[in-house]
Amino acid sequence: MADRFQPVWIIAKREIRDQFRDWRIIFPIVILTLGFPFLMNFTAQQMLNFVRGYGADIVGERLVPFLMMIVGFFPLSASLVIALDTFVGEKERGSIEPLLNTPLKDWQLYAGKLLAAIVPSLFGSFLGMSVYLGGLALQGVPLPEFELTILILLLTMVQAVVMVSGAVVVSSQATSVRAANLLSSFIIIPVALLIQGESILMFWGTFSTLWWTVFGLSMLSILLVRVGLAHFKREELLGREIDVLNFRWGWKTFRRQFAGGAKNLADWYLKAVPAAVKRMSPAILLTTIFAVIAVIIGILQLQRFPVKIAGLSLGNQLSQVMNLLPVFSAAPVLIIWLQNIRVQVVGLILGIFSFSILGFIPIFISMAISGYLVAMLVQNGVPALPLIVGLFLPHSIFEIPAIILSTSAVFQLGVLLATANPAKTVGEVWISALADWAKIIIGLVLPLLLIGAAIEAWITPRIALLLLH
Amino acid sequence: MIQTQDLTKKFDEFLAVDGINIDVAAGQVLTLLGPNGAGKTTTVRMLTSVLMPTSGTAQVAGYDVIQQADKVRACVGVLTESHGLYRRMNAMEYLDFFGELYGMPAAARHRRSEFLLEKFGLADSSRKRLGEYSKGMRQKLALVRAMIHDPSVLLLDEPTSAMDPESARMVRDSILSLRSDERTIVLCTHNLNEAEELADQIAIIQQGKIISYGTLAELKQQFLGLPEFEVRFAAPVDHFPDLPHGIVSNEHGEDWLRFWTADPRTQNPLVLQALIDQKFPVVGLQEVERSLESAYLEAVNHHPANGNHHG
Repeated sequence: MADRFQPVWIIAKREIRDQFRDWRIIFPIVILTLGFPFLMNFTAQQMLNFVRGYGADIVGERLVPFLMMIVGFFPLSASLVIALDTFVGEKERGSIEPLLNTPLKDWQLYAGKLLAAIVPSLFGSFLGMSVYLGGLALQGVPLPEFELTILILLLTMVQAVVMVSGAVVVSSQATSVRAANLLSSFIIIPVALLIQGESILMFWGTFSTLWWTVFGLSMLSILLVRVGLAHFKREELLGREIDVLNFRWGWKTFRRQFAGGAKNLADWYLKAVPAAVKRMSPAILLTTIFAVIAVIIGILQLQRFPVKIAGLSLGNQLSQVMNLLPVFSAAPVLIIWLQNIRVQVVGLILGIFSFSILGFIPIFISMAISGYLVAMLVQNGVPALPLIVGLFLPHSIFEIPAIILSTSAVFQLGVLLATANPAKTVGEVWISALADWAKIIIGLVLPLLLIGAAIEAWITPRIALLLLH
Repeated sequence: MIQTQDLTKKFDEFLAVDGINIDVAAGQVLTLLGPNGAGKTTTVRMLTSVLMPTSGTAQVAGYDVIQQADKVRACVGVLTESHGLYRRMNAMEYLDFFGELYGMPAAARHRRSEFLLEKFGLADSSRKRLGEYSKGMRQKLALVRAMIHDPSVLLLDEPTSAMDPESARMVRDSILSLRSDERTIVLCTHNLNEAEELADQIAIIQQGKIISYGTLAELKQQFLGLPEFEVRFAAPVDHFPDLPHGIVSNEHGEDWLRFWTADPRTQNPLVLQALIDQKFPVVGLQEVERSLESAYLEAVNHHPANGNHHG
């Protein structure tokens, strides 16, 4: 085991030593690590004195851990620069090929570079926070609670790993340092937003949410490392020289995957679409389990948020609904359909920016609300079976499979991105995954949602009225 | 030691290497010649398992380049086109780093580094930052790096391109010494004199294909025809001799004549005997020097693959 990690350490050791010989790296780290904390000490002291004068001690109490987080975060900015340079910088300087010619395994090289980018910045962060806390102690300012201190340390650590692992992915896929720097906005902007969110939580005092942030960021770091390793290829590192957008190639790749070798529409429905569904079957299973869990969570929420409705008469309300939804009127069907499509598109967008994780939000919310609603109505005296059969089942038979398929297709995007595919480049993997998503959406989800919308507008209220009046 | 079977590499639609077959035994030097972009570097990269072949197979030191990539890389030393040294390290640190990656114990790394630096005249600069090295020194150090783990196979891309004549001589001597130590060497070069001096076999690559492969003599015969010999006379002669059956004189002057023969070992004594019998004042018989450059230019300019074919 140790032998397998030895090369990782050799790579990391060399790079760390190299970094500590570069004044352009050392200088900002020293300033941010040793100089900046003193400034923050001073700020903390001044702010505490100021807010105490107005009896707003709580602001000061919250400010101390917040500034600790900021002190810890600043040295991490250097890690981004180092990480962005790891592969593409060596490629530009021509020093990557001798490394690729050694018996190092891909993961060892990748992990070594990752470690080398993380360790110095984390060292700087922890040192900075220690200097800050030491300064506070000397000034007699109460230190943050132990649990909060651990939380901030962990938060800093996972932020470092997320930033560095994201930057290393960029570096291993970019064709030049310039391109890598341009792409770094995709790391800087989300992290800046994250820090703002964390700051609000810190002042709000909702530390339990910050623990969830640590958990979420840990998952994200694991995914980023996994994605980086899955798509790290020696060959591409040497082979990619130019980064010209090739729309024709992109469109060709998309069309080929979308058509799936079908000759006509019938062939596409009979062969290409089922093949894509089959490929997604583990994702479908997982999404289905997740949907069931969401329903259960929704039902359980009733205990926390009970709603009592006096004199509930579903029959009267359903009669009013039927007036709004006349049979064969297209408008309500289109409204329901477009709303459902919009939700699926939101799921896709959320999924794209979060390795599919946030793509589960729409299905989670829909299913949890449905579970809560059914439980709440049953609690208010509506009989369960007619309620489910009358008010939910007719259109849900179409809509639930549609949103499960749609969510699974988004999930599959992330899965494919995190899975090694020696035969394809990252670009090909992405385009093919998007083509599969489009295939599922156009071939199955949209028609199912349209049928579901028609039933929901025209049939469901009538069945429900029949059963519940 | 190195065998390839229909080794092919495609980058998208571009065919970089097209079905290359080579066989290099231990203690042999194979020189890859060809214009820029012919596929030499891609071939070398496939032999080091850095690039995976699109089709075909290759074995290096008994290991398959696809299935046993790590083992291939462990027993191959590569001098790459760009040396890419770490500018803030010194030579000893640099070699130590690579030696460690090849799994060498610390003492062995130190010993081997000192030996090689001494051998290539870099010992005095071993503690200097690599950023301060001259171009030639960097190239020598890159070559030393390729040899640090004493590999059985060396793949050298332009090993003397940036060197002064003295250093280039030193490197060529080292290559010859490695060859006599039963090391297998693949050399990519544009220096045809170097190729002529070092190569046991030469492969001329053009547009990804080997258009000629063989010994120096075989290549010359293929592109320049049969070996040509010149007889010199002590004084101008008034008539020309009758040569043995099958020997044709292709050119002559007042005191010399040239002839081609496919089998100089048996034919040349017969020619000499005939001249002496006919009382010609022969003072010398020697092969007419034909350079590899002529054969190479003939090969690349007149090969059907490049469209310049005249015949």
